[in-house]
Amino acid sequence: MTDYNRRATLRAFSLGLAAALSVSASVAEAADDTVTIGYAVARTGPNATGAGITTIPNYELWVKTVNEAGGLAMPDGTKRMIEVVEYDDRSSNEDLVRAIERLASQDKVDIILPPWGTGSNLAIAPLMDRFGYLQLGVTNVTDKAPEFVERWPRSFWMLGGGHDYASGLVEMLSAAHDAGIINNEVAVVSVADGFGIDLINGARPAFEEAGFELVYDESYPLGTSDFAAIMNEAQNSGADSFVAFSYPPGSFGMTKTAQSMGFNPKVFFIGVGGAFPIFPGIADGKADGVLAIGGVNADSGAIQEYFARHTEVVGNPPDSWASAITYASLEMLEQAIAKVGVDNDALAEELNSGIFDTIIGEVKLEDNQLRDLWWVGQWQDGAFKGVNPADKEGAADPDIPKPEW
Amino acid sequence: MLLTTLVLGLVLGGTYALLALGLTLQYGIARIMNLAYGEITLLAAFILVFLFQGLGIPPLAALVLIAPAGYGLGWLLYTVMMQPLVARSGSSGRLDVDSILATFGLLFLIQGVLLVTFGANFTSISYLDRGINILGVSVALNRLIAFAICVVVGTVLVLVLARTRWGLNLRAVAQTPASAPLVGIDVNRVARQGFALGTALAAVGGASIAMYQTFSATDGVVFTMKALVIVIMGGVGNVGGALLAGLALGLVETFVATAIDPGLTLAATFAIFLGVLLWRPQGLFGKG
Repeated sequence: MTDYNRRATLRAFSLGLAAALSVSASVAEAADDTVTIGYAVARTGPNATGAGITTIPNYELWVKTVNEAGGLAMPDGTKRMIEVVEYDDRSSNEDLVRAIERLASQDKVDIILPPWGTGSNLAIAPLMDRFGYLQLGVTNVTDKAPEFVERWPRSFWMLGGGHDYASGLVEMLSAAHDAGIINNEVAVVSVADGFGIDLINGARPAFEEAGFELVYDESYPLGTSDFAAIMNEAQNSGADSFVAFSYPPGSFGMTKTAQSMGFNPKVFFIGVGGAFPIFPGIADGKADGVLAIGGVNADSGAIQEYFARHTEVVGNPPDSWASAITYASLEMLEQAIAKVGVDNDALAEELNSGIFDTIIGEVKLEDNQLRDLWWVGQWQDGAFKGVNPADKEGAADPDIPKPEW
Repeated sequence: MLLTTLVLGLVLGGTYALLALGLTLQYGIARIMNLAYGEITLLAAFILVFLFQGLGIPPLAALVLIAPAGYGLGWLLYTVMMQPLVARSGSSGRLDVDSILATFGLLFLIQGVLLVTFGANFTSISYLDRGINILGVSVALNRLIAFAICVVVGTVLVLVLARTRWGLNLRAVAQTPASAPLVGIDVNRVARQGFALGTALAAVGGASIAMYQTFSATDGVVFTMKALVIVIMGGVGNVGGALLAGLALGLVETFVATAIDPGLTLAATFAIFLGVLLWRPQGLFGKG
């Protein structure tokens, strides 16, 4: 018995050693000629739509672009191809966390790219921090970014907070009110979920401060598909401005309902989804004048080129809010790697302090956050253009009142 | 104000009821709790969009093609997937659990196929998207059509079930599947027809949803939930009950949204649901 056990143990030990050696050998070999980049994103489940529009196409487009150009440039002048490890988190945070653990401890990838959505990014932030990875988060809207940066120094927050978007909107409406174009009454609806709550909480005091009166102010549950009653109330409220802090299905539903009932407020603002390339189709070609969250500098050559290439490679144009920023974040990563290699600490340092040349122009982060953003955009002549901040380069003049549907 | 609520509520309720008719048939007659129901409605919705955008077939004409295709799909699903489960369970009552597990798997299968085929994007068409004035209330024409389809299909179904020989067979299998063979009814065949008919209705529901609502490949579970609530409220297998429960739900949601707070529509739905489960578990219109 003892004999057998010892022999078995020895055999197991030698086998294990051999296996461990071969694994480490293959890892070392892989690390030599490629950069492994891992990500866990929602291919299925409720987050698949957002990830499928904003996150995944840009990851794929970037990897394809880099690899076609011979790979990532390294500080020593060599080039290394990107090898991707991808998992489907099935829109579940449990699966997402497991996938990140796997990417970090089993696949031992060099860089982990973030998932789509504020909640998902928050769910993995402690883990990414513990494993020492940089978290280049784009698709997360939160007012607490400064706190999070303090807690997780390698985390990045590149899409602003609810307060920023609400203030931008109020600023723009104030200008229109001062010019005598709209009255001081606003009808506002918000989806009863993280994003909608954040925005309405930022907007209420901002509206009041600017002298606006919220004549209709209601929230609706996530998953609402019928907006006839809500739009009817908003129309009867007499407000010149209709504001919805909504998710895509709501944004689309309200647009269609407003059209079919002939609701023509002077200001028609919707939340997420308004900047999606399919919006003009949903609005039956009558999108011009609709205001929504986000925006791009539509006159910039780099943006136009990006839109064209995205359309060519992915098959459809990107959205005009977070897509360009997602792609810009990857360009920043590429340029940072060329300077400091793939050491995550050095990368985080470089990303925060460096100046980068991207499709959204020259980018300089402040305290791990991108602050130079578009808060409000508007459909004008078939393109979604940034209109606020009004002093940002490339800002278009908002077209108020909106033409009738 | 009251009239507005009434009109908007009835139209909304009609679209809900249409969604629930198929599920109540499938569970009532074939005893299969189909968790992939919402995915099947979505499949039909995507096919309608494809027919409209790709081939230029107008949605109302496409509906005529989609309904029989849905019947065929249901027939096939029952024969290939459900029949073995039915045969295995015999009279042990395991069919409920088995069918829930099997259709739960089917849910992900169809969702995966939809995601691969049609992508994760939101999909929507503009069709008859104009307002129609009903008693001074502006209602979208496409929703009105869905309401009309619901009323027509629901009435025909109720009449067929109550008046025809075939309806009698369906009801016999629904009520006492064990005794139906004694009077010469082929239970398997009737259950298959019931399931296929339910799938055809799911397809019609999905196709009419595509006319008025934006949807994406991952929305199926929302439709299943809504249909499930209505089916249980109306009494499982009770077509008239599902119709009335759907209309009632639409009225309640609209009333709550206009008179109280749109944030409470979901809460109101589930409060009624809870009440029904506690005091009338057989459903508002179920016998028992």
